[in-house]
Amino acid sequence: MQAEKALFIVFAVIAVASALNILLQRNPLYSALSLIGTLLALSALYVMLRGQFIAALQIVVYAGAIMVLFVFVIMLLNQPKDQPQIEKQKGLRYLAIPLAGLMIAEMFYVLRPIHLSTLPADQSVGTTWSIGTALFTDYLLPFEVTSVLILMAVVGAMVLARREGD
Amino acid sequence: MTNLLLEWLIKTIIILLILLTAVAYVTLMERKVMAWIQLRVGPNRVGLGKFRLWGLMQPLADALKMIFKEDIVPIQANYWLYIAAPALSLIPALMTFIVIPYGSTITLFNRTIELHVTRMNVGLLYVLALTSVGVYGIVLAGWSSNNKYSLMGGLRSSAQMISYELALGLSIVCVLLYAGTLDLVDIVNAQNGFHGLAWNVFRYPLLIPVFIIFYIASLAETNRTPFDLPEADSELVAGYHTEYSSMKFVMFQMAEYLNLITASSISTTLFFGGWNGPFVGRAPYLGPVYFMIKVLGLIFLAMWIRYTVPRFRYDQLMRFGWKFLLPAAIVNIIISSTVLLFRP
Amino acid sequence: MVPLSWYLGLSALLFTIGAVGVFIKRNAITIFLCIELMLNAVNLSFVSLSGFFGDVGGQLFVFIVMTVAAAEAAVGLAIIISIFRNRESLNVDEVDSLKL
Repeated sequence: MQAEKALFIVFAVIAVASALNILLQRNPLYSALSLIGTLLALSALYVMLRGQFIAALQIVVYAGAIMVLFVFVIMLLNQPKDQPQIEKQKGLRYLAIPLAGLMIAEMFYVLRPIHLSTLPADQSVGTTWSIGTALFTDYLLPFEVTSVLILMAVVGAMVLARREGD
Repeated sequence: MTNLLLEWLIKTIIILLILLTAVAYVTLMERKVMAWIQLRVGPNRVGLGKFRLWGLMQPLADALKMIFKEDIVPIQANYWLYIAAPALSLIPALMTFIVIPYGSTITLFNRTIELHVTRMNVGLLYVLALTSVGVYGIVLAGWSSNNKYSLMGGLRSSAQMISYELALGLSIVCVLLYAGTLDLVDIVNAQNGFHGLAWNVFRYPLLIPVFIIFYIASLAETNRTPFDLPEADSELVAGYHTEYSSMKFVMFQMAEYLNLITASSISTTLFFGGWNGPFVGRAPYLGPVYFMIKVLGLIFLAMWIRYTVPRFRYDQLMRFGWKFLLPAAIVNIIISSTVLLFRP
Repeated sequence: MVPLSWYLGLSALLFTIGAVGVFIKRNAITIFLCIELMLNAVNLSFVSLSGFFGDVGGQLFVFIVMTVAAAEAAVGLAIIISIFRNRESLNVDEVDSLKL
């Protein structure tokens, strides 16, 4: 269907343009806002891939919590704008562009033989029900380990961000 | 296909028109309720010519006044973000209303029309996602104004919204345990039994404390008193919208009242049976009426609280959210799931 | 229908942009944002493979990547805050006291 391809192109262009904008901006706040644009576009693509639950989660967790934390920290630090940009290894960053070209070429070479173009008829894969069932049966151990990881992150963040003598 | 698109378009336009009018009249309602609580009369002059109409034309006069005010952008402000911020807070607030069911089905022009714009199997998560995106408008308004009061307001609001979102989400989990679905249409349809009175709060009395937690958390999410620290006027001038004037200021106000309407609609849907009520099965036209009455009741409750309870201090707000509301929500989940486990 | 290779190609493109960002940016927060971009690019390929092969495992992996990203953001931003407190700078080239 052509409409679907058009939608894909619209969201892909938004995603790539905002991703490039992350690199082009000097102010970290603008970079963070561009990343939010990419996240929202990706969430739309997830809906097209029938991952409704993951799409909603992407906005709630990524755009709504993680990126708010980033924006919050950027505002809190509010670093002075005219900071001298000290660079010790100036040559290295110009090497990044050809290396990126090489990487892209490699990845597209790997992708060349893939010719799958129809989603399966079974519509139930991305629903909350299927994800919940799999998460609490087959993938119970990773889920529980994740909770331990989050606890560690909470304690670690507290210890690191605490001022001396508090 | 084209018919379906047309139907969506018409429904969306009707809902937008109703909402924008409703927002205007909720401001009038707020002023009238405030006046009533403080033993005053409230706005009662603006009418049509000789007829005063109890001040019913006041929102129109207010809108005209605001439109003709001077639109100021501070020189030191970050121009594009300053302009984008009001839209970023208004658009998510308007987007939530497409998943809320306003009634069952009615027949119009030989067509069966369902009284909701769309349904998705992650409807409730969609609403939560939009509320969590709505914080950017406030934060960016605070930052781009380049004003210390605005920045403080923006920082406070982001911290407050992140903190109370947890309690809000966990209290919704309790409802989901009973409902077994995230689709708002299914949640409301499940509350249809017993002459339309099988509302969740009546069927499962354990949900009453959950509703109280949800309501407190949603007051905090919508920045209403006693949680209006982002715009605490005695400390922060007007918080994040100190520098805004004219229509941009109106957009923030509209977003705030729309969030109040959203919170009340979601409470109605989750706890008070949505559009269900007596005789709604025989006369489906009653559905939207019941829905509106319930939402107005909850909005009235929020206003009542606003003019009764003083504002929290910032540390009290954080302590209340993290040390009382969040544990209380978790305890409720444990109780609800235990009850469900042993239910025959 | 959109072919699978388009999704994977987009994912590869986003991942490369993120990787370039990590190399050419000197601001600690921007580098962090680029790492998040790379995680998201990988998530896109997980979700597309999961969708096309009808297997829920890929989406569960995305779920776990998101929780890891949240944990990472919390700890990473705490580190950045404490670096900023000690050095008044977010330039990663200046944080070199562990170097000989």
